[in-house]
Amino acid sequence: MNWLLVVAGAAVGAPLRYLTDRAARARFGPGFPWGTFLVNVVGSFVLGLLTGVTSAQVHLLLGTGLCGALTTYSTFSYETLKLYEDGARGYAALNIGASLAAGLGAVWLGVETARLW
Amino acid sequence: MGLRAELPVVGVVAAGGALGASARYGAGLLWPTPEGAFPWTTFTVNVIGCALLGSLMVLVTERPTEWSTAPPHPLLRPFLGTGFCGGFTTFSTYSLETERLLSAGDPTRGLLYQGATLVTALAAVLAGVAGTRALRARAGRGRVGSA
Repeated sequence: MNWLLVVAGAAVGAPLRYLTDRAARARFGPGFPWGTFLVNVVGSFVLGLLTGVTSAQVHLLLGTGLCGALTTYSTFSYETLKLYEDGARGYAALNIGASLAAGLGAVWLGVETARLW
Repeated sequence: MGLRAELPVVGVVAAGGALGASARYGAGLLWPTPEGAFPWTTFTVNVIGCALLGSLMVLVTERPTEWSTAPPHPLLRPFLGTGFCGGFTTFSTYSLETERLLSAGDPTRGLLYQGATLVTALAAVLAGVAGTRALRARAGRGRVGSA
């Protein structure tokens, strides 16, 4: 049962990441990986919010499943390496700095928001 | 491309993502990280996922023109890359674990976790890419020589 909750959340989170990436590429072009950046920040915020929820089932469905699959470290690392290899070293550094800072800021904001309730 | 044409891709991304997330969930059950400790399980999951994705991307997107073999199935990359590796690795848990360590009054461990994951993940994706390129170059030479 627990495992099914993770599967259900991930089966929504991973396609959401894919579709967000596609939409971001269509909107902003391939120069900077806005799609991955966006899902990582949003997913971090939502996971922060979930610290205010006690239900273990909700954590499995929305935390481990949805947020875990919505966000990605592998694509973030690969895209950073590609930027560097393609000569866009400034963008590579920017992707690292912005993703780490915004991810941490977003999760903190989520935790603090959850604390207000 | 309309959403209808995207349906098979969306489907395999969902399936791969569910598999990857299940593997990550299983790793967390097998090796739970005590609160306040260095999150080794997420660290290892993220590093392995990065190495796998680096290797896969070389195999799928960098094909030498002299190869006569059929190109990889178009759903392979969305299933294994976007789906499995994307669902296996996580940025949100990484951010939350960093925040938890920082706010628990252990900023050194928090920053160490954040930095060590970044450096090791980038090294892993590079190792996956470079290692697969090197292996394939050797295999490719054998192929050309034998033709």
